[in-house]
Amino acid sequence: MAEGEFFGLLGPNGAGKTTLINVIAGLVRPDAGRAAVMGADVGRDYRRARRMLGVVPQELVFDPFFTVRETLRLQSGYYGLARNDGWIDEVMHHLDLTAKADANMRSLSGGMKRRVLVAQALVHKPPVIVLDEPTAGVDVELRQGLWQFVRRLNRDGHSIVLTTHYLEEAEAHCQRIALLKDGRIAALDTTRNLLGSFSGLDLRLHLDRAPLPVGIPGRVVEADGAHFRVRLATYRELEDALVRLREAGVGIREMEVHPPDLEEVFLRLTGRGS
Amino acid sequence: MRRFSTLCYKELLRFFKVSIQTVGAPVLTTLLYLVIFGHALEGRLEVYRGVRYTVFLVPGLVMMAVLQNAFANSSSSLIQSKITGNIVFVLLAPVSYVEFFAAYVVASIVRGLVVGLCVLAVTLFFVDLPLHAPLWALAFALLGAALLGTLGLVAAVVSDKIDQVAAFQNFVVVPLTFLSGVFYSIHTLPPFWQRLSHANPFFYMVDGFRYGFFGASDFAPTASLAIVFASLLAVCSATLWLLKSGYKLRY
Repeated sequence: MAEGEFFGLLGPNGAGKTTLINVIAGLVRPDAGRAAVMGADVGRDYRRARRMLGVVPQELVFDPFFTVRETLRLQSGYYGLARNDGWIDEVMHHLDLTAKADANMRSLSGGMKRRVLVAQALVHKPPVIVLDEPTAGVDVELRQGLWQFVRRLNRDGHSIVLTTHYLEEAEAHCQRIALLKDGRIAALDTTRNLLGSFSGLDLRLHLDRAPLPVGIPGRVVEADGAHFRVRLATYRELEDALVRLREAGVGIREMEVHPPDLEEVFLRLTGRGS
Repeated sequence: MRRFSTLCYKELLRFFKVSIQTVGAPVLTTLLYLVIFGHALEGRLEVYRGVRYTVFLVPGLVMMAVLQNAFANSSSSLIQSKITGNIVFVLLAPVSYVEFFAAYVVASIVRGLVVGLCVLAVTLFFVDLPLHAPLWALAFALLGAALLGTLGLVAAVVSDKIDQVAAFQNFVVVPLTFLSGVFYSIHTLPPFWQRLSHANPFFYMVDGFRYGFFGASDFAPTASLAIVFASLLAVCSATLWLLKSGYKLRY
């Protein structure tokens, strides 16, 4: 991953996304291989590696004994930072936490706790920020605010690693995407190339009778009674397909046309689609 | 230093915020022991010449409070952090295993001493206690609290559930403290139990601590101090090794 990148880590449950992040964060020791953050080995040079890294964990963890401000001050101290209140105030401001600064962690809603987790990952201004499923169970408003803030951090030069189940989020924010499957990288490319390599249209037809007339362009990827899914290369082929249906005297009950999206890529590469 | 002091401060803040449970409760328990055992046995036992049983009992009870609370502090804090998952905040940060160890143990020592002092202060309303060699008492309290704080850390590291820590407390810490001569002098025991008591490191802590008050003890205080110190070193090295390996903390 390059410096300053907004990088997506995608894959089905159990693909190894969180394990990979935990290896980078030093929470899990790899059986083989090595990981480094900004050139600092996560094992041998762990102090430097961990200072470079801010991780927002997937689980909504918190310490019920403390307030938001205490939590952030303590976290600063774990990084060896003594007077960090200026930055803490700034982070709280950007995450809309200022009003809750002196509230006990226990009393916060799930979304608020998530924001504190983000703030905790940022107390030491790490150049690399890892967000592990940051929007799971988070309302729309916070999601928007969070993305705004994360994009700003990215513009300011922070490298961002994002794991998510929401493919549209990866599509919208990530410059490059790695697709993990069974602990291996199934694909690694820019978001644009990944989508581009799967150009074409997905045509879904419900006809008034089977079978599909011969001479329809493209490739039939699914057939179930009078329901068909056909992969077409261009809109020109779509026109031809419709003409062919008319010629054969087959009527269309329902029709859907989908442009490619990451979901498609995702399903294909993880072998769960066709 | 900042990392250590922050983690230590966090541990202290945690127990001060719930001081009713962490200080109030043990003080009350100890007072109950004093009242009940004192009432039942006063006048029937005279362990050291001229020392009433209730007076004899106090240093043992204080030391028991020190030891049990030092253990409780590190063990309950760490197991809670492990179960709720917030231990990750420390594990993500550049905190070394030595800083981690020192912070938990120092906080446990402070908790043990604070509770011990509170117990002592309250009992002084009921009994007149001599203070023959306060530095001896302090040395044993410090080393004992450090040893139990370290054991608490080990118990929490190896456990996955609160029940397992409780089992360690109930099956190891409580029996060893009760059988360490808190309530009696081991000289009153049959020879077999006397010998067995000498194998209990807690005995030396309680006996040495008591020496600080009465200037009399079952065992030579210098030898006790050496034994307690050696036990502490052994337990600390094993614990540091355990933490360095990342056992049940970093997978």
